[in-house]
Amino acid sequence: MSQQAAPAVGTPPAPGGKQTDGRTVRRSPVLRLLARPEVGVFLGAVAVLVFFLVAAPSVRQGSSMATILYQSSTIGIMALPVALLMIGGEFDLSAGVAVITSALTASMLSYQLSMNVWTGVIVALVLSLAIGAFNGWMLMKTGLPSFLVTLGTFLILQGVNLAVTKLITGNVATDDVSDMDGFGQAKAVFASSFDVGGVQVKITVVWWLVFAALATWVLLRTKYGNWIFAVGGNKDSARAVGVPVTFTKVSLFMLVGFGAWFVGMHQLFSFNTVQSGEGVGNELIYIAAAVIGGCLLTGGYGSAIGPVFGAFMFGMVNQGIVYAGWNPDWFKAFLGVMLLGAVLINLWVRRTATRR
Amino acid sequence: MTTDKIGTHGAVLKDVPPEGDRPLVELRGAGKSYGNIRALHGVDLAVHSGRVTCVLGDNGAGKSTLIKIISGLHQHTEGDFLVDGEPVRFSTPREALDKGIAAVYQDLATVPLMPVWRNFFLGSELTRGPWPVRRLDIARMKQTADEELRNMGIVLDDLEQPIGTLSGGQRQCVAIARAVHFGARVLILDEPTAALGVKQSGVVLKYIAAARDRGLGVIFITHNPHHAYMVGDHFTVLRLGTLELSAARAEVSLEELTNHMSGGAELAALKHELSQVRGVDVEELPEADDLSAPLPASPEGNS
Repeated sequence: MSQQAAPAVGTPPAPGGKQTDGRTVRRSPVLRLLARPEVGVFLGAVAVLVFFLVAAPSVRQGSSMATILYQSSTIGIMALPVALLMIGGEFDLSAGVAVITSALTASMLSYQLSMNVWTGVIVALVLSLAIGAFNGWMLMKTGLPSFLVTLGTFLILQGVNLAVTKLITGNVATDDVSDMDGFGQAKAVFASSFDVGGVQVKITVVWWLVFAALATWVLLRTKYGNWIFAVGGNKDSARAVGVPVTFTKVSLFMLVGFGAWFVGMHQLFSFNTVQSGEGVGNELIYIAAAVIGGCLLTGGYGSAIGPVFGAFMFGMVNQGIVYAGWNPDWFKAFLGVMLLGAVLINLWVRRTATRR
Repeated sequence: MTTDKIGTHGAVLKDVPPEGDRPLVELRGAGKSYGNIRALHGVDLAVHSGRVTCVLGDNGAGKSTLIKIISGLHQHTEGDFLVDGEPVRFSTPREALDKGIAAVYQDLATVPLMPVWRNFFLGSELTRGPWPVRRLDIARMKQTADEELRNMGIVLDDLEQPIGTLSGGQRQCVAIARAVHFGARVLILDEPTAALGVKQSGVVLKYIAAARDRGLGVIFITHNPHHAYMVGDHFTVLRLGTLELSAARAEVSLEELTNHMSGGAELAALKHELSQVRGVDVEELPEADDLSAPLPASPEGNS
């Protein structure tokens, strides 16, 4: 679950009795636990949950919890690749509008050419991966900061989304695709619900948790995960010891593209149409969820499970305010306080726990 | 093995390698230009197994360019670069590593926030299992890292601690142990003692000697002639991108080495430093009376 996982192999047995250098004092288990990147956010998420369970009684119902989890999952699915990218030392401001680009592509392509929706879905996937690859390639080729490169992509996509949609449909939204071939299948994959003890749970919640488990495994148990930490922590060192830095970074951007495609497909098949102006601002929500989840903005440190809790906090606050009957205008203010609090806690935890 | 090259005001001396010993790595008249700037020109260098070749020079002398060529970060633009007698041209550090040439850099040897064992195996991770579930063999990596570090005399309590929490000397030693473990035949050390105190430097010099005794060819880059003279078998002094001196240990004294490096002007200041450092290795250093020994001039060819 973290870099400190697998205590069973914590310290290898020394030949002929444990010989130590006698300079490090064994840290207490509590401090060692706190050194994990996701512990701070876990405590924060529990605090927020308890707070709203007390303040808004309707949150205690199963259906409310399902709604909160659904809200969290749409943020969380994107927060995962964004977090991996952040651990890899970069960030992607185009992630929010890339979701809409993907959905628009799938929708308009299948509708205008009257094809099976799966054709549009596949083309949208290719396009999303290509956008990610372009971001990564530009970054590695020019050496510019990812902030600039992806800000450019963000503006381009935002403009193209609006202009092309108006050009093709004559409207700011796409046409309804719900009566087209393959819609039912696609909806089953991306936007269906299933019943758990009388409560309707969206399938995105399942996908979210599956992706999170997969990302955690990749990050901590595979070569590729090792490379992600390395290129984010020190790109030059990584290159010098033979880590394929360009491949790692470009593929991370493509992973964000994959996430954008998935969430885009979910939006298309749950609402049947896509509003071309949406998505702006969401990129910051994803980045905030990753940071709240314990990922270091400058790279080289973080986890995949932290952003899961980060996204849950977002969903919880977003819906909790509604269930508590407060003015939803307070949502963003609440989020800002949460973000700052999380960053400060993370900073303090890391200093305390990694101090020599 | 080399052709005579005369630097600004120095002589090129030949060391006599042990009979039948082909250099692991050899540069013949190698150079590198960045656009219209010639950073390195006409440099000859030979690295033999079980010997320490010291490359000395002041800032801007071309030391970094030299090791970047050998370690595959840059390509030479003139002359020849041979590994085991074969001309090569590396385009990535990976290719150099595959030939057994490993560089240990002063500042970019490790990723500070990653645990010691992950740093040890970075770029050459051990894995197990078939492809879709191929995963890191964490237990084996930790055990191997611990064993290798203990073999080099480094004992760490906790391999999970971020390597950034180790001292500079320990980090260097981990990097050296890593290179030795991954079958390096040629170890390039870029100013491993530059940022270290006297005691820490001593530790690193000990590991250089240990690596040499294990049969590695070591290229020891430094601007400290005292450190070089403690472990070096052959000395190459660079000055303004060209070869200033190339001499075996027997043919050169510490005084001459310092003289060639500094060009005489800063000699007074360095002498002061010399008198302070002498306590580290008094026996190896010549007495004050011997320091003015004349340059042994015997530039006979040998290959």
